[in-house]
Amino acid sequence: MDWVNILLTTIVWIVEILLIAVPVALSVAYITYAERRVIGLIQARKGCNRVGPHGLLQPLADGLKLFLKESIIPTRANKFLFVAAPVVALTPALIAFSVVPFGEMSHSILQIHDGVRTWFADLDTPQVMAIAHLNVGVLYVMAISSLAIYGILLAGWASNSKYALIGAVRATCQMVSYEISMGFALVCVLMLAGTMDLSGIVHAQEGGFWHWYIIPLFPMFLVYLISGCAETNRTPFDLVEGEAELVAGYFVEYSGMWFATFSLAEYAALILISLMTSILFLGGWYAPFPFLDFIPGTIWLLAKTAFFVFVFIWFRATFPRYRYDQMMRLGWKVFLPWTLAWIAVVGIFIYTPGLQDIIGFYQPWR
Amino acid sequence: MSLLKKASKTWLLLELVKGLSVTGRYLFQKKITVEYPEERTPLSPRFRGLHALRRYENGEERCIACKLCEAVCPAMAITIESEERDDGSRRTTRYDIDLSKCIFCGLCQEACPVDAIVETQVFEYGGEDRDCLFYDKQKLLEVGDRYEAQIARNIKADEPYR
Repeated sequence: MDWVNILLTTIVWIVEILLIAVPVALSVAYITYAERRVIGLIQARKGCNRVGPHGLLQPLADGLKLFLKESIIPTRANKFLFVAAPVVALTPALIAFSVVPFGEMSHSILQIHDGVRTWFADLDTPQVMAIAHLNVGVLYVMAISSLAIYGILLAGWASNSKYALIGAVRATCQMVSYEISMGFALVCVLMLAGTMDLSGIVHAQEGGFWHWYIIPLFPMFLVYLISGCAETNRTPFDLVEGEAELVAGYFVEYSGMWFATFSLAEYAALILISLMTSILFLGGWYAPFPFLDFIPGTIWLLAKTAFFVFVFIWFRATFPRYRYDQMMRLGWKVFLPWTLAWIAVVGIFIYTPGLQDIIGFYQPWR
Repeated sequence: MSLLKKASKTWLLLELVKGLSVTGRYLFQKKITVEYPEERTPLSPRFRGLHALRRYENGEERCIACKLCEAVCPAMAITIESEERDDGSRRTTRYDIDLSKCIFCGLCQEACPVDAIVETQVFEYGGEDRDCLFYDKQKLLEVGDRYEAQIARNIKADEPYR
């Protein structure tokens, strides 16, 4: 009965994908709401509180409005690429979530063992809650999140508009520059964790907040957070859509659902960066104190993620936009040497006999 | 030492933390939003809103058709025609204010020797066509009758400063 197993596995996969994709889409909707509320509160306003209780139905109203709006395709635009671009932008943002470990569980809904299906099987070793448990997860996330730039580039090119094109070129330049320092910040984490497996990195940080990599790698944490800001094109690095000079940047010609798809991709990238920061530096699904372990790990992970999303919104409400050359200077002349220096420092600590013991605390696998 | 201070300031992002703490404080500050239809800001007694024609307490209209308001109106929004009434007094037969022309400068109110034409604190007189912004004598007197208490109170409040 092979085909039954194939069918069931497929169904479980689809359910797993929906379990990730639907909450991501919903949280994107409510991050836009949170953004409006938080920025409102910081500006001593109340923010949107009219649609539904506390304005909680506002994202639905916004979504409905965007859905009903006409999607205009400019006359001289490349129609195929114009329509394809939002899809190309959204796809990598969503599929990057497939390797993110949301926690661990010690039982499985469907277990196929030697061709025998067992439901609600108890497992001997806890299993990672990810669609794909990849042993090079960090590499995968870095690779996939870099692909999002193609959507932006295509959008800018296909719109046949100078604003969109300049916005797309800026976005490309910015993402390529900050990808490097982000990658080097990650290398420090990988050196300590000794694995590229995201769940392995979390395991290496087990047992209280003093084991988290934010402590030995605090400068790299800052670099990662700031590069994440630049990577997702958010303030203070949102020159990509600098409304003063570029109207709206690469999606200036988009309207209706296509526009909504772009913002979906943008906010999905924001969630991903927040998730990755919590996993890499803040111990993923582990509680800050071991006695708080009774709260499920997934809730800890999501709480940390929500905190970083809040921090990004806070940044947006606080910092003015960088000038373009300043931003490039920060990426190439500050972050790049700084991260390289830290890789050297971490390397020296790991391989010098005396210092080895200090850093060894953060390397339980050695 | 100053170099060390400067370096630590730069690398610990102290300036940014300072900025974040300011916005963080504002996050918990009392909000200044006035939720308009339910809440309103206080209006000055000198507020210049919708016009009204007033009456004396015995019901006689105040306007004596001197046409000073018509003359002073910089937007030429006021049109007055007058005739002698049966009792020999001069009264208006027509008193129109075109609110789509009016600039709400309040000069008509200042010019009026008998406090007949006044501007009230009413500002929600919008409608769906232009006609509803054309106020004739009948409508102006009605506005005056409806808000007389408020108008009298505001004139009294402003009295010491005139």
